Amino acid sequence: MNTAIGTIDWIPVAPFIALSVLGFLIMIIGLFFPRIYRETLGTITLVGLAVTFFLILQNWGEPRYAFANTIVGDKFSTVFNGLFVVGAALTILLSLNSQENRYLLYADYFTVIVFATAGMVLMSAGTHLLTIFLGLETLSIALYVLAGFRRENAFSLESAFKYFLLGAFASGFLLYGIALIYGATGSADIQEVTRWIQQNSLTGSLMLPIGFLLLFVGLGFKLAIFPFHMWAPDVYQGAPTPISAFMATGSKAAAFAALLRVALSTQSYTAIAWEQVLWVIAVATMTIGNIIALRQDNIKRMLAYSSIAHAGYILIGFIANNELGHSGMLFYLLSYTFMNIGAFGVISYLSTAEHEFVTLGDVRGLAYRRPFAAIAMAVFMFSLAGIPPTAGFISKFYIFSAAVKAGYVWLVILGVINSMISLYYYLGVVVQMFMSAVEEKAPATATQQPAVALALVVSMFAVLGLGIFPSRWLAVFMEMARSFI
Amino acid sequence: MNDYLWLIPFFPLLGFLINGLLGRNFSEKMVGIIGAGAIFLSFVTTLLTFKELLTLEPEHRIFIQKLYTWMATGNFSVDVAFRFDALSAVMTLVVTGVGFLIHVYSIGYMHGDRGFFRYFAFLNLFTFAMLLLVLGNNFLILFLGWEGVGLCSYLLIGFWYEKIDYANAGMKAFIVNRIGDFGFLLGMFLIFKHFGSLDFDQVFSNAAAVPPGVITAITLLLFVGATGKSAQIPLYVWLPDAMAGPTPVSALIHAATMVTAGVYMVSRASALYILSPLALSVVAVIGVATALFAATMAITSQDIKKVLAYSTISQLGYMFLAAGVGAFSAAIFHLMTHAFFKALLFLGAGSVMHALSNETNLMKMGGLRKHLPITFWTFLVGGLAISGIPGFSGFFSKDEILWKAFSSPFGSPVLWGVGAVAAGITAFYIFRMIYLAFYGESRVDPEVALHIHESPKVMTVPLMVLAVLSIIGGYVGIPHVYMGLEHFLEPVFEPASVAMAAGAAGHASASTEFTLMGISVVIALAGIYLAYQLYVMNPEKPRQLAQSMHGLYTLLFNKYYVDEIYQAVFVKPFVNLSNVFFWRFFDVKIIDGIVNGVARIFGNIAAGLRRMQTGIVQMYALSLMLGAIIIFGYFILR
Repeated sequence: MNTAIGTIDWIPVAPFIALSVLGFLIMIIGLFFPRIYRETLGTITLVGLAVTFFLILQNWGEPRYAFANTIVGDKFSTVFNGLFVVGAALTILLSLNSQENRYLLYADYFTVIVFATAGMVLMSAGTHLLTIFLGLETLSIALYVLAGFRRENAFSLESAFKYFLLGAFASGFLLYGIALIYGATGSADIQEVTRWIQQNSLTGSLMLPIGFLLLFVGLGFKLAIFPFHMWAPDVYQGAPTPISAFMATGSKAAAFAALLRVALSTQSYTAIAWEQVLWVIAVATMTIGNIIALRQDNIKRMLAYSSIAHAGYILIGFIANNELGHSGMLFYLLSYTFMNIGAFGVISYLSTAEHEFVTLGDVRGLAYRRPFAAIAMAVFMFSLAGIPPTAGFISKFYIFSAAVKAGYVWLVILGVINSMISLYYYLGVVVQMFMSAVEEKAPATATQQPAVALALVVSMFAVLGLGIFPSRWLAVFMEMARSFI
Repeated sequence: MNDYLWLIPFFPLLGFLINGLLGRNFSEKMVGIIGAGAIFLSFVTTLLTFKELLTLEPEHRIFIQKLYTWMATGNFSVDVAFRFDALSAVMTLVVTGVGFLIHVYSIGYMHGDRGFFRYFAFLNLFTFAMLLLVLGNNFLILFLGWEGVGLCSYLLIGFWYEKIDYANAGMKAFIVNRIGDFGFLLGMFLIFKHFGSLDFDQVFSNAAAVPPGVITAITLLLFVGATGKSAQIPLYVWLPDAMAGPTPVSALIHAATMVTAGVYMVSRASALYILSPLALSVVAVIGVATALFAATMAITSQDIKKVLAYSTISQLGYMFLAAGVGAFSAAIFHLMTHAFFKALLFLGAGSVMHALSNETNLMKMGGLRKHLPITFWTFLVGGLAISGIPGFSGFFSKDEILWKAFSSPFGSPVLWGVGAVAAGITAFYIFRMIYLAFYGESRVDPEVALHIHESPKVMTVPLMVLAVLSIIGGYVGIPHVYMGLEHFLEPVFEPASVAMAAGAAGHASASTEFTLMGISVVIALAGIYLAYQLYVMNPEKPRQLAQSMHGLYTLLFNKYYVDEIYQAVFVKPFVNLSNVFFWRFFDVKIIDGIVNGVARIFGNIAAGLRRMQTGIVQMYALSLMLGAIIIFGYFILR
């Protein structure tokens, strides 16, 4: 272990540093040029994210540790970090819409998004529990701020405040878990903990398993899985639309990254042998998310409940606990990033500062007013529902196949039933768009939204591309999953 | 030549893209030419491929074209690959051939409709999906097409979205089909688990190595999928409602092609079905029961399209009966002849509706024979074919099915008997429909009667072509004639024919066959005679009969109340559960009740903040806490 600056391997930390520098840079630009166009700021941010993406790719290969083994650059972190940066870039594009135009302090807003991404990067690259915690807190604090960014909107404030209170509560669980793990093994370094577990028994005392369970609860809050899901709909509904998308995808993926990293390295969750609990959680998460989503008229709220359900599906891959399951989770998270940001993006694309297009009534006959938006939304809805040949179908197929392979046939049956139920409400949106007449007094839709349109086009291509040509990506994810063995 | 296999589905896809993206700006003529032309091109490609296929030795008659690897994980991989063998060839010819005629017909039928280009785009997309379904070389491509045709069917049923009932019918079709698809998906996962592959060749050649129980489970699950798509008991309820869509759609999707996908799938998996006598009996019994049940419901229906819908369900039942007794080639034979005569009947009904300003009520027709001669004569041909009158195509295929139901080692005289009775009922209700529509006094509304006219050539020519096919289509099935269909399909159904041959121990003789054939012809003629007596000679009689057998009539008229029963048993409880428990309780009472209730005073930040203090956040925190405690409790106490 070498802590001297001169011998530090900079590559593993480069993405994090790049994001930090980028964040400060935008903040300073905003300070000195308060009247700068938001498009200019957005472009700078996107360029910065592109540079970060390049740096992330440099980490693909054998694990390279830095900062006293607290952070690593490996295939796992490369894949997840790439995902985060893509999600952040799409969020930036969505934010350049006419809905948010009036009241956002764009420099601050972009800065916070970039810092949130930096937090995610720490969560997937951290090999020390405290690094992961640091990442989680960086991400969380940034998200609290972002959720409340529409300062004149009571919903937005409510959203931020609720998220903050509950998030703090959940962080407590996480930290307590880390403390117990440290207490039992004498270290919070994941490698050390793994070594300790290999030499001693994991379940010898209650302290260590409880520690892992507490860790799971803390991350479960971010994943919005049952019974830690209740905040999600309120928060997603209240937050600015691009931020809802960002939270539902990036923050969820980051929590899965941390969970997977700990699980795959230590094999702790396998050793605890608590599949039944996970099984119940997965089923309850899917079912509650889907059934409540059935009754929503507000599309954002519907997407919030559906995002709960999707966390349940992804959890199936975690339970299957085989290569296909783990790489399927990655595939799912990647697909989900595109389809969910896309779906939220269509709302952003249509909404004006005066009117947010969020109810089923708002999208009636959309296909005849705004065909592009309607087609894009239909693609995302089909993908979320898991209809071939979209990315959503392949994702579910991988996850379910993995579970069947691992012998969880009933879990798959319930998962398939759930995805059948979900089709009803996703399709409800399509029906309203294509098979209803436009309402007489329908409010005007936003026009001239090139940035959002770009995000939608990219997401659409990704959703269809991942669906029609999935094998290359899965090969990458398989390699990642295998790199842990 | 087989490198061009991909062109067959590609042309309709191209047509969909062109019409879908640019059709808005095209003239009707242009849209029609692109739409029908795309199908014509794939029909020609199919013919050329078919010709090439015939040059090969029977056992080598198979083309496989792999485009690329769709997904691969370790030793499991799924290709995007097409397969053109005897079975796919027949299906593709039917889909593109009949599909082309229906596209042409649609140009006349949909003339002047606001959504003309949208209609053709969807119809092409449907054909694309259907071709994927029949050409796919593995279960996943099959499933891709399966979902695609369902989706298009749903879009086309709800085509005239202004009418709310129509959109609801689309929704119903979709939900019922999802139940079927659920079975299909699970079957597919089981195949994946036990075979490690979804490729047809690999699965079928290893079928014998898998435990029989598993095979039974797989085949039954797949059959659940088939009952959904092919409208069999208990999932047939969507098809009559699907008649809300444009009539050519009913002809193409709900008669000739999509609804036969279940039959195709079961036949494709014949190597699995033949290993499970239990699954075969289930298929046969469901098939024959549906054939009878749906035929009885057609008797009292007053809507010309609904009669045809029930008749389709009933005829599909025959196909499953054939598959269930192991006579897969008979099933495909009937599938083909049915595609001809049922498409003809639907298009004929469409022509009648076209003449009568979209009237579908048989009670408001009558005497149309004089006004619509071409429609009448072609419709009559279709009627004779479906009734199984010798010389017409339906006779050959239905007789083949009934004979196999009797003589096959998996068959029984009971299956034959029920099938023969249903055939008699079929002849009756078909001729009831013909007599009500074309014979007797005109009951047409006087206003409508002024405009009665025969349809334009673009509609009548497809009718005539289909009428010719409905007659000669049966002759390909006659054994010992040049290239009998059964012989042609033999390589595909080899495991099944081996099992059939092994079981056929002197069970059947030629004289029995002719006797049974004679009986079924007599039954069919009796049905027609009865219809003639009731609806032409004594038009008052049916009403008297309905009154004297009031109970039975009401039961049939209300379709055995199946819709009502489903509504009460399945739909209501689910809606209540979602409504009352999850939504009302969790969401409305607890979340929305507090949050959104207060939100009405929204706009006031202070109020918004005060809301934070009302306890809702504590509730959420409490659930977090309780959840954690339960998890730990389980862990510590187990």
